[in-house]
Amino acid sequence: MGVNQADIMKETTVLQAPKKNRTVQKWLKDNMFSSWLNTFFTIALTILLFFLFKVILSWVLFSADWTVVSVHLKLLLAGQYPNAELWRVFLCIFLLSLLTGFSSGIWNGTMTQLGLFFAGLLALCLALPFVSVEAKIWNAASLLVLVCGYFGGKKLPLKKTVLFSWLMLFPVTIFLLSGFGILPKVGTNLWGGFLLTLLLAVVAIVASFPLGVLLALGRRSRLPAIKYFCVCYIEFIRGIPLITILYVAQLMVPLFLGQGIELNNAVRAMIGMTLFSAAYLAENVRGGLQSIPSGQYEASHALGFSTPLMTFFIILPQALRAVIPAMVGQFIAIFKDTTLVTIVGIIDILGMAQNVAKNPTFLGKEMELFLFVAAVFFVFCSMLSYVSRRLERSLGVGER
Amino acid sequence: MSTLMPKKSADNTPLEQRETMIECKDVNKWFGELHVLKNVDLTVKKGEVLVILGPSGSGKSTFIRTLNALEEIQQGSITIDGTTLTDDAGNIETIRKETGMVFQQFNLFPHMTILKNIMLAPIWVRKWPKDKVEKTALELLKRVGIPEQANKYPGQLSGGQQQRVAIARALAMQPKIMLFDEPTSALDPEMIKEVLDVMKELAGTGMTMVVVTHEMNFAREVADRIVLFDYGEIIESGTPGELFDNPKHDRTKLFLSQIL
Repeated sequence: MGVNQADIMKETTVLQAPKKNRTVQKWLKDNMFSSWLNTFFTIALTILLFFLFKVILSWVLFSADWTVVSVHLKLLLAGQYPNAELWRVFLCIFLLSLLTGFSSGIWNGTMTQLGLFFAGLLALCLALPFVSVEAKIWNAASLLVLVCGYFGGKKLPLKKTVLFSWLMLFPVTIFLLSGFGILPKVGTNLWGGFLLTLLLAVVAIVASFPLGVLLALGRRSRLPAIKYFCVCYIEFIRGIPLITILYVAQLMVPLFLGQGIELNNAVRAMIGMTLFSAAYLAENVRGGLQSIPSGQYEASHALGFSTPLMTFFIILPQALRAVIPAMVGQFIAIFKDTTLVTIVGIIDILGMAQNVAKNPTFLGKEMELFLFVAAVFFVFCSMLSYVSRRLERSLGVGER
Repeated sequence: MSTLMPKKSADNTPLEQRETMIECKDVNKWFGELHVLKNVDLTVKKGEVLVILGPSGSGKSTFIRTLNALEEIQQGSITIDGTTLTDDAGNIETIRKETGMVFQQFNLFPHMTILKNIMLAPIWVRKWPKDKVEKTALELLKRVGIPEQANKYPGQLSGGQQQRVAIARALAMQPKIMLFDEPTSALDPEMIKEVLDVMKELAGTGMTMVVVTHEMNFAREVADRIVLFDYGEIIESGTPGELFDNPKHDRTKLFLSQIL
């Protein structure tokens, strides 16, 4: 029989999957007007949506008086940070832009999206008419350096330098903002507005991550002392409201520290938020640890790995990947929870909005102020969750 | 990877005169009330290929897992290459470095490339230099027949390929003993051969091997000695010829009649 592979393959016909003809009319007919009932709902809902949007848009565009936001923009975003020292905040943004630009050039993908988001924010600041000239100049410089950084990053992939710079960015920011004796001191009592919100959130997220991972590992430890300490801590913190913790941090931390060490409000709130977030994060991470099949532990042991090496190289990377969505959810929650610090007398963006609303010249303008605050939070939170989805995809979580 | 390779090319001294690699004395293990290993006595010599047969639930997998302390024993002693398994973490570590293990479910690390899977333990456990380890890893991948997969992830490979990587990963530690716990039981039929071929080649190089398997042809062809487990004890032990063609014990006869 002289039949070879190619001949056999010729016999089998290759069927193409049927192509879908997608025209607008057909889509409408299939999905919106397929029956009398559907047609009725389509029309009714269209009318409803039309009026809803009309009411909202006419209020936002014509009735609302946004001057309350534009006049107090600096207060809302940077609180009572002295105007003469505002250049330090802008310098921080400038450095952040530089690093973001470089990173998006080097890593592409998710980082590029972040870079675009950041560039969009800066461009928005340039476009708004009521932003001060100083801010515009600084933001233009930031935007420029972001774009330059992007092309620079493409040319020079200095991964290690950039990673190190990211690690250094946080202490540098804190140094710039507070001065620490070299620059004129700006006490944290003057930090406020969205600047403070961001700092609180970043500190809580960055500091609670290692703490949460350690607590999660500790909870699974075979040593009873460590295990029960972690269990008690996690369950205790999860059993009480964040507000309580914030009060406790304000009142108790100074007691514990004794005389001589003076921690201001903002730092105490940061400690409270970190301790709170760590407990929740620990439970998320524990979920990830439990999802690792026992075969991974056995294989690592069989290869001679000690428990610390195994945890670091094999278990944690897989566990953390598995819980990225839950962790980012926790980060978003903590970001929004920072608004609770108003209660202990710290003026974040929401607190500032409340204070501004009491200004007699702008009475009755709460709606505009709170909508602005909501928009700021919405933009940042949706950016976070978008990045998390990209991260999941690029790390290949769903597939495996 | 020829099956015609002369067996035990590395060493021609008779098995009895070689040094002992594994010595089990009176090993007993319980899972709660269940007595899963009963007075197991077993010796494996250097370069010997020992195949463990037995019906499922007979304790053969549990037994092979006690050899590198993945399972604790409650009574008896196990000595691997002169080191006795005790609770001492140092001893356990020494033994695990010298014994490679291949699992039924491969257990590759899914978040690392094939090459990283193979290189991780030699670099961090053996503390060997990276460039040397990489060279060995690539050679091993060539030896198991999949050098082109080095930079893929385990999820992108077929079951047979994954199991061959698992063998390469164990070999990269340059162990003195290789343990195989049903290495082909989770594989599609057409992939079993490629894994068995690698194991045959390995046996040909004089590696000391303990293999739990259901592959009777492999046992007959490659084993120096076969032991039959049932209800946690060794029922019968002998060369493939003795056991397959002239079984003495009734339970051996029953087991063979059920699978052959």
